[in-house]
Amino acid sequence: MNLKDIIKPENLVYSKTPLLTDNVMSYCPGCSHGTAHRIIMEVIEEMGIQSETIGVAPVGCSVLAYDFMNIDMAQAAHGRAPAVATGIKRCWPEKYVFTYQGDGDLAAIGTAETIHACNRGENIMIVFINNGIYGMTGGQMAPTTLPGMKSSTSPFGRDVATMGNPIKMTDLVAQLPGTYYVTRQAVHKPVNVRRTKKAIRIALENQKLNKGLSFIEIVSSCNSGWKMTPVQANIWMEENMIPFYPLGDLKVDGELVKK
Amino acid sequence: MAKARGAIVVDIEKCKGCEVCVVNCPTNVIRLTREVNGKGYHYAYMEVPEACIGCANCAVVCPDGVITVYQVKE
Repeated sequence: MNLKDIIKPENLVYSKTPLLTDNVMSYCPGCSHGTAHRIIMEVIEEMGIQSETIGVAPVGCSVLAYDFMNIDMAQAAHGRAPAVATGIKRCWPEKYVFTYQGDGDLAAIGTAETIHACNRGENIMIVFINNGIYGMTGGQMAPTTLPGMKSSTSPFGRDVATMGNPIKMTDLVAQLPGTYYVTRQAVHKPVNVRRTKKAIRIALENQKLNKGLSFIEIVSSCNSGWKMTPVQANIWMEENMIPFYPLGDLKVDGELVKK
Repeated sequence: MAKARGAIVVDIEKCKGCEVCVVNCPTNVIRLTREVNGKGYHYAYMEVPEACIGCANCAVVCPDGVITVYQVKE
């Protein structure tokens, strides 16, 4: 059997979802954003809710999402995506609303909005891309930067005595009564991508049933910010980021998962 | 057990040669070309097409969504 016999429309098993636009992804090669965009759009396609979904992207690399996600999108001021999403959801309670934020946005400037939206239990989904760095502005230290991790503003590594400790936003919001589903996933390997996709599906299904806020952290790499190749960055992430930010569900159906 | 044969088609001009598919291929089918595309990236191709099983792992991890997968069960 040669390739021409295999490459036929009836044998198609996987292709890019039409809910992603045909624009060339403007992210760096190997950036986790592309994978995260694609799985969110795949879930929306599977649920058939393209015309009922509104995304909110604030500032950071995540702002570019509206170029690629073929759904209605709104842009929020830096860190204010949960507040904007709250407004949209309260005006249109039947729509599916999600925010797509990075760590510099959600865990630094938007901490107040994030925590209060989670505490109020707004019926939205928050997707939190955590790469431990401010990616778009050139790899500066973020609140989620690991102890000892080098960044352009901590060239000798993050010293917790002077620069403070990294913040685990997901653990923090899991403690709040308003959150219904809190999980931490990654997208560097096929198995992780499939798990993350399932988590996004659960989050959107929860929203359909008005259960409350779903918070999905995706531990990602920023190879250009970390000054590594994409493959090295994924290995570094597995060895350093994931032990600090362990993957798995933290809260399911409003109950904390016991470790 | 039925043996599966697969093939991938890469959108050459959109591939950025990040190599994430290369390391995630369970049968080591994919490599990067020596030639470059219009943007100067070495793009992914099937080095050993006969080993491809069409598992779609490469397409699932592809950050740019440039891989289309076909599979035939023999």
